[in-house]
Amino acid sequence: MRVDTTAPILQLVDVSKRYGGVRALEGAHFACAPGRIHALLGENGAGKSTLIKIMAGVVRPDAGRIVLQGQERRFAHPQDAVSAGIACIFQELSLMPELSVADNICITNPPRRFGLIDRKAQRRIAEAALARAGAQDIHPLAPVGSLSLSRRQMVEIAKALARSPKILILDEATSALAAADVERVQALLRKLRGEGMAIVYISHRMKEIAALADDCSVFRNGRHVATFAAGSQSDAQTVEMMIGRDIAHAFPPKAPAAPLAGTAPALEVRGLSWNDRLHGIDLTLNAGEIVGLGGLDGQGQREFFLALFGVLRGLKGELRLSGRPAQARSPRQAKGPAIGIALVPEDRKTDGLMLPMSARDNLSFAALERLSRAGVVSRARESQAVGEMVRKLSIKVPALDEPVGQLSGGNQQKVVIAKWLMNAPRIVLLNDPTRGIDVGTKQEIYVLLRQLAQEGAAVLLYSTDYAELIGCCDRVAVMYDGRIVRWLAGAELTEHALVSSALNLGDGRVQAPNRELQ
Amino acid sequence: MNSPPRAPAQRPDWQYRVYEQRGTWAAVAMFALIFTLYIAKHPSGLTVPVLTTAANKGVLLAVVAMAQTLPVLTSGIDLSVGMVFVLANCLASHLVVGTPMQAALGVVVVLAVGALCGFINGAIIVWGRLQPIITTLATGTIYFGIALGLRPVPGGDVHAGLADALTGALPGGVPAMVLVLLAVIVCIWLPYRRSELGRAALAVGSAEGAAYMSGVDIGRTKLLTYTLAGLLAAIGGLLLTFVTYSGEASSAIGGVYTLNSIAAVVIGGTSLAGGAGSAIGSVFGALVLRTIGDLLFVFDMEPLWQPLFQGLILLTAVSLGAVQLLKVSNRLELFR
Amino acid sequence: MQALVLRLRQSGHLPVLAAAICTLALLLLGSLYSSNFLSAQYLLQQLQIASFLGIVATGAMLVILLGGIDLSVPWVVTVGGIMSAAAAGWWGSTGELLAIPFGIACGCLFGAVNGIGVAYLRVPSMIFALGINAVAQGLIVVQTGGFAPQDRATPAMHALATGRTLFGIPNALLVWLVVGACTVFLLHRTTLGRAIYAVGNRERAAYLSGVDTRRVTFLCFVLAGGCSAATGVLLTGYATKAYQAMGDAYLLPAIAAVVLGGTHILGGRGSYLGTVVGVLLITLLQSILSVMQIPEMGRQVIYGAVIIAMLLVYGRGQRLAQ
Repeated sequence: MRVDTTAPILQLVDVSKRYGGVRALEGAHFACAPGRIHALLGENGAGKSTLIKIMAGVVRPDAGRIVLQGQERRFAHPQDAVSAGIACIFQELSLMPELSVADNICITNPPRRFGLIDRKAQRRIAEAALARAGAQDIHPLAPVGSLSLSRRQMVEIAKALARSPKILILDEATSALAAADVERVQALLRKLRGEGMAIVYISHRMKEIAALADDCSVFRNGRHVATFAAGSQSDAQTVEMMIGRDIAHAFPPKAPAAPLAGTAPALEVRGLSWNDRLHGIDLTLNAGEIVGLGGLDGQGQREFFLALFGVLRGLKGELRLSGRPAQARSPRQAKGPAIGIALVPEDRKTDGLMLPMSARDNLSFAALERLSRAGVVSRARESQAVGEMVRKLSIKVPALDEPVGQLSGGNQQKVVIAKWLMNAPRIVLLNDPTRGIDVGTKQEIYVLLRQLAQEGAAVLLYSTDYAELIGCCDRVAVMYDGRIVRWLAGAELTEHALVSSALNLGDGRVQAPNRELQ
Repeated sequence: MNSPPRAPAQRPDWQYRVYEQRGTWAAVAMFALIFTLYIAKHPSGLTVPVLTTAANKGVLLAVVAMAQTLPVLTSGIDLSVGMVFVLANCLASHLVVGTPMQAALGVVVVLAVGALCGFINGAIIVWGRLQPIITTLATGTIYFGIALGLRPVPGGDVHAGLADALTGALPGGVPAMVLVLLAVIVCIWLPYRRSELGRAALAVGSAEGAAYMSGVDIGRTKLLTYTLAGLLAAIGGLLLTFVTYSGEASSAIGGVYTLNSIAAVVIGGTSLAGGAGSAIGSVFGALVLRTIGDLLFVFDMEPLWQPLFQGLILLTAVSLGAVQLLKVSNRLELFR
Repeated sequence: MQALVLRLRQSGHLPVLAAAICTLALLLLGSLYSSNFLSAQYLLQQLQIASFLGIVATGAMLVILLGGIDLSVPWVVTVGGIMSAAAAGWWGSTGELLAIPFGIACGCLFGAVNGIGVAYLRVPSMIFALGINAVAQGLIVVQTGGFAPQDRATPAMHALATGRTLFGIPNALLVWLVVGACTVFLLHRTTLGRAIYAVGNRERAAYLSGVDTRRVTFLCFVLAGGCSAATGVLLTGYATKAYQAMGDAYLLPAIAAVVLGGTHILGGRGSYLGTVVGVLLITLLQSILSVMQIPEMGRQVIYGAVIIAMLLVYGRGQRLAQ
């Protein structure tokens, strides 16, 4: 790959930003050129999100310059950046669920007639944008809230494209996409690059970056570390730049094969069905092992976890815990000592934590019954338990009474996990726990999971990261259309096998109805 | 493997449009049913005086309900609409008198004052960054205080010709108030709804953070919303003056109109969480509320029991949505 | 100075401090008008009056912490007052004993229905409480036959509301102190209290952490109903008779007191100490305005303006653009 010699279209020079006492960016430099895909790499808290928020006009820098096409610019409002030709697709989607797809796409500067919105013209623009993004099957009048996460991400992309940007920024834009859509988006990005668009791409998926990027910039602790042509550094070198230290093995060693003879499995599921989302799931989970759930997004993995955790009504099938039939009818029952299930949800900000509450309150929240007597909380026991967890998981928290919303993503996730560990659960369900988390914390979580298993818990891990499934799990159940279509373990557990089972291809082990993918 | 996805069965356009307005349709149906019962049981039946009386009472609440709808769409609330209503009434009893020119000027001033009250609400909410509920609760007392200053005791007058015209019926039997209501809907609600800022209001109510990131001007949207709410409330107060021929600063009336406007908005199918709904639904919600009272009267219910029944019907009407809960099989959907 | 304000704001104590300063300022202002303002007698009387508002504000605070709002206060207060007096009328001497608990129990019943509607039927609290308010009004109209109630308050109620036993401290104030102490204990030391804050912050996360959020909501509404009714009981004791619409004057001040005390109107944040200071502030404000014989118009305007001004100091939200 040639080193980038084209003149940059957008430059950030010596940019700094503080949030209260936290230094998000310090003297950061960045430049991207037209017709090139520039990947931004770095741990959570490295400053990547802040950097692109500054580019998109969502956040104003405390110091530094933004230079667009040779001219210095100030963005007071996201609309300024949009008018200047910068479109940004954030990790938190900027879509309004109650409004239609067309309304969302043309939310600012809609086509007008006599001062009022011209609905027909708007629809045409929306259809064109959707087609350009490769999502022409989405109906422009459908309310966005009725679409799946993957489809919504496609609408978000269409919305960005409708503004005919010169610079397109994507923040983890593919993390929510189904595999087929990921391919389409990658092809789209290549096409846009060919048309001369400058593309800035944040992703934690090294494979994607290797496939797409021309240039890479690494950030660490709010500072720019290096910019280099993609492919000129090895993965290990790149990761070292990101975390500033050498990483040994990514995954801890796995457990020996067979469970103790004579003990009943921690969890046995027979014929679990629900609505039209789960169709007869059979699964056995033993204490001491880490079982993975694979498959494309939206094949029922989330619903399966919710079913085990007591959130769903109208379940059919059999559930056994340590040999006894047992079914949780609510999360309260599920976490109780009789059943002992913990669920680490996929969205820590809305489902896992109460962000304005202190770290201490969040940590002790699921285990309050254990820490109290007759409804009164024992402060002493709480402090002890909380302190233990913070040490055990090395949670970086400046003060336990600070709102947990101020912690970095990785530390927030640790708080969620620690919260559940306080309950000493027998079965731990984790729903994509390392999504959007930096490499360093990911490793710590892998080690923790293996430790949990060794201490006797049964761990069920759903992940969209193949490397994680292969590296962490003793065996993997691949789900498709609400049932498990393939079990993989040992030598069979390869990425190729995971991908092909996820698409339900290959040896036709299970006949699935001919329904389209998400 | 990478075949392009088959398009899922496309629904025809009209299905989406009906679904979008489902709340309004339900309110229309409810009103049609109740009003038919009312007319059927009424001793005089479908006559012009009956319709005119119903219209004169119903349109007042309908306009205030429209005023309440706008802030609710942005997931806010305006607890001062009743007080702006009363303030406009008191002011009109001073100003909308005399020659036709003077009366017309008086109308303009009253409406301008209402819009100003709404603007002040919006300004405090946008630039002061206070929550709408407590802001409008406080400004409501201020507006009521001013009303009290204007009319410490009930009294005043209003231009008789204008009042008679608007509270009467036009040739053909259509109550004039109905035309006023239609005019308000056509001149204020519909343009607002189809304008960029009106749609932005729905965006703000649906997901304010997302709207901001999309570049929506949240401040201007909210300012316009609350200002129009004040204007509509003032229109209601003006119409009240035409109906009662006087001005009265009664906090009871103000309170009742505020609370009933909220009930009307909910019955009309607009969610208090914002993001979806229509002022037209609220109009029908208001008419439903008004007609229920009359319905109980016409069915010869003991006057003593009427307030209780009205309360129970209101409670039932707002709980109707709970029936959908029976279908919910993923309990997580219940929680925000 | 800026940094100090910022630190205070973050610690959550700014509202309490600001409200306390304002309260003292009001006292000083009043003392300029008349030296009576700083006399023990006047202050105790103010505390007695504040107790009524304080108890109803306690219930209001619990619901607001949950993220809801209890608009049924006016008529549930009336229910408490009228039903407790009625009990004495119905059941003779046992009625006299049972009057106070009965009145409060009626309020709890309304609170329970309110709680079912909000927690289990998932109707927004603002609108459901409105409906409850209307039903309560309807029931009272039926109960009293539309006339002013003739039942009188029991001696016990009267003593509780107006008497002074312990060192001349008004009994009503003692009642508020007890209620307040229980509430502080509930909020800060019990699992229910933690759950209330959690539900107010994010009910979803609280549910997924294994809390029965619907039961927590239900209980808060029951407690709020009880508080409203208790206030009605005390008011009846004070006036020796119950009367219709006795609760109307308490809704806005209760909400204002809670919000001025720093409790976030959307829930999840707030301390009881703040509510106490807010109640004192509102009571003093109303008292000073009436003593200065400012006409009703001026009182209303000043009242609203003070609330807005205070909130602009410490109740402001975050900017969206940071």
